[in-house]
Amino acid sequence: MATHAATGGNGEPQGATHFVSPRLYVTIFLILMVLTAVTVGAAFLDLGPFNTVVALLIACSKMTLVVLYFMHVRYSSRLTWAVIGSGFFWLALLLGLTLSDYLTRGTGWLRYG
Amino acid sequence: METAPTLHANYLTDGFGLKSWLLTKDHKRIAILYLISVSAFFVLGAVFAGLIRLELLTPAGDLVESDVYNKAFTMHGVVMVFFFLIPAIPAVLGNFLVPLQIGARDLAFPRINLLSWYVYVFGGIFTLVALVMGGVDTGWTFYTPYSSAFSNSNVALVVVGIFINGFSSILTGLNFVVTIHKMRAPGMTWFRLPLFIWAHYATALIMILGTPVVAITLVMVGAERVLGLGIFDPKLGGDPVLFQHLFWFYSHPAVYIMILPAMGVMSELVAAFSRKAIFGYQVVAYSSLGIAAVGFLVWGHHMFVSSQSVYAAMAFSLLSYLVAIPSAIKVFNWTATLYKGSISFEAPMIYVFGFIGLFLIGGLTGLFLAALAVDVHVTDTYFVVAHFHYIMVGGTIMMYLGGVHYWWPKIFGRTYPEGLAKVAAVVIFVGFNLTFFPQFIVGYLGMPRRYHAYPPEFQLWNILSSAGAALLAIGYALPSTYLLWSLVKGKPAAPNPWGAKGLEWETPSPPPTHNFTATPVVNEPPYHYAK
Amino acid sequence: MAAAHDIHHPYLQHHFNDLEQQFEASALGMWVFLVTEILFFGGLFTAYMVYRMQYAQAFAEASGHLDIVLGGVNTGVLIGSSLTMAMAVWAAQQGRRRAQVTYLLATIGLGAAFLGIKVVEYSHKFEDGLIPGANFRFDGLDPIHAQLFYSLYFVMTGLHALHMIVGIGIMAVLTWMAWRGRFTSGYHTPVEVSGLYWHFVDIVWIFLFPLLYLIDRHGPGTMH
Repeated sequence: MATHAATGGNGEPQGATHFVSPRLYVTIFLILMVLTAVTVGAAFLDLGPFNTVVALLIACSKMTLVVLYFMHVRYSSRLTWAVIGSGFFWLALLLGLTLSDYLTRGTGWLRYG
Repeated sequence: METAPTLHANYLTDGFGLKSWLLTKDHKRIAILYLISVSAFFVLGAVFAGLIRLELLTPAGDLVESDVYNKAFTMHGVVMVFFFLIPAIPAVLGNFLVPLQIGARDLAFPRINLLSWYVYVFGGIFTLVALVMGGVDTGWTFYTPYSSAFSNSNVALVVVGIFINGFSSILTGLNFVVTIHKMRAPGMTWFRLPLFIWAHYATALIMILGTPVVAITLVMVGAERVLGLGIFDPKLGGDPVLFQHLFWFYSHPAVYIMILPAMGVMSELVAAFSRKAIFGYQVVAYSSLGIAAVGFLVWGHHMFVSSQSVYAAMAFSLLSYLVAIPSAIKVFNWTATLYKGSISFEAPMIYVFGFIGLFLIGGLTGLFLAALAVDVHVTDTYFVVAHFHYIMVGGTIMMYLGGVHYWWPKIFGRTYPEGLAKVAAVVIFVGFNLTFFPQFIVGYLGMPRRYHAYPPEFQLWNILSSAGAALLAIGYALPSTYLLWSLVKGKPAAPNPWGAKGLEWETPSPPPTHNFTATPVVNEPPYHYAK
Repeated sequence: MAAAHDIHHPYLQHHFNDLEQQFEASALGMWVFLVTEILFFGGLFTAYMVYRMQYAQAFAEASGHLDIVLGGVNTGVLIGSSLTMAMAVWAAQQGRRRAQVTYLLATIGLGAAFLGIKVVEYSHKFEDGLIPGANFRFDGLDPIHAQLFYSLYFVMTGLHALHMIVGIGIMAVLTWMAWRGRFTSGYHTPVEVSGLYWHFVDIVWIFLFPLLYLIDRHGPGTMH
């Protein structure tokens, strides 16, 4: 039986064939440790409502580094990016539309008890 | 072309004995395992429906106590939604047909496919145990704090059963997405795929994105019940409405899990029995994705009277109107396909016409419910019950039966008795309408749902409804009987008894274990019927 | 194009055409599974978000009783385990058997250390009477919503720990397979794909740590 690379898919190179050097891994690791220290330190500062913003920004940065480099997404296909993106987008829908209820209760001229 | 096709080696003859079935990796055998189990659960769910309709023959709550009645409608909902409607078309027809229609030898993950069936059965066992131990009385919607704190029924057991069952859904969806992306035959581009595949792809996306949320929500309910961790209990600082947000985030898209595969079947049947390509193929394909996406934005329409913010309610109402658009587009396109088509009225096509009418009514009444002002009056009445049964029974189950009939010769290599099948389809259609149309009326008149007693002025409508249910039961019993009969006595089927287009019709009936002897190469558009 | 030797590769499953298709399918499958995990934990994050918004002060106060040192150390441990996991994948790509085993064992060790520290933390909470339920005691302004915080804390970190345990189990199996020389530069799909799972569990903790431990460490209440 004649077989051929009939993946019907995108045929782009797999992430595994791209070698990320150990040096880059260690660098990312060190950056992540620094960011961890920063987020702990920032918690001791009084930034008002921005404490939460800063904490989330740092967490998102750490996540991005892990995703791009440890999980090789930097070198992955557009399909992989679309899958990941849809996951986060759907989480945003869950959080956002739920918030749309809680944030608009008892406001405006139509007040609930 | 074979004259005695059952003599050729096929997936049914490839190994006999229990082990060859229970340890199979063949998607076609797994589809049959699912066929048997979902059918069993359907019968169980129908028994509960029978109990409900018997009780409602008389206005007084005289057949069973109210708490028994509560358990009856709860188990009816739980069994029908989670163990029949959600898996039926995808796990039976989808499992069988997705690899065949895309030209693959199997799904991407055959062992995970088998695991999904075992997980389904395992979840079912938990639910059955809960039933035997006295059932659950919270409604299939498990609203807190009743379910998490006050009910003294077997909530934890059922919640675990549904949680486990959810993984069956997730694994099926995962398998379909990867398969459709990675295993299409050469030349099978996205826009040459049958619309059945587009529908199942969209369904799989919902399974993947939605099911985990209801899973974690049920975990929280279970934790509250068993460990006393107050997350939804107001006494412990929780918010019961939060449960509803999390629950409906999945459970609304879940109804699209139930209807999208049926729409996929519709497209196949309409094309085959008008011998014409589906009008507006690309639009129909995109509308499946549109329904899946917008379907996630409307869940608050189940909560209009639950004290959510009125501004959120308005947003959800508007979005609910929008989600009707892609569904309507499909109905227009199927109708346009019929126009100047070469139509024949075999049994599957009777189910098609039944679907168009019943889905139309169900869908339009959904718009009634999406209107805030109307919903306030009819919420929690039989109007809602009628609406969703028109979609789920008039829609999904019609197409489940239509699809089972259409692909029966392919799956089993046997022909069902056409005359009897036509009669059954008509009986089901009449019985269905007799059961559920009176419920629109009595709901509009104010009869609440989930009550085992009602004011005497509603009795006529309830009697009509129960009579319809009896007729419907007969209607369902007919295919159960003659389809089984056909396995032994039915005429052997040809590879393509309908003369339809699609890769599944280019295999013998039934197909060999590995589907194709040589990988097919596709160079035609879909539904490429001669003019 | 498929290499001819692919057809007879011992780890090529017959429904796939070649190893490349099999790898792509496996990786895509794992990514899709991780998306379900995003939504799975996402439900808990939603509950957390709603309640923290409504009871900010109670949450801040309750969060202050969590051990920031142990939590911080655990964060470092888990990030370290992601490094060793990435190195294990690298070693598999290189076909280095001993390095694979070493890095996988290191990952297991760090994961176990994480769990050990969590056990210590949980036992401290038990001693302090901060386990939600009949014996919960909290001297603060809003014990009811503090208890709500702790309910979420235990469910979220407990679910995370469960995922860690499963992850360690997977790593153990991989270590055995690597020891037996199953992974080469031509085939190491299970290592790569399991690595994705491990990194995901790390990412969940990257969010849990600040959201649970670091709500307000700058002293009494400017929270609104």
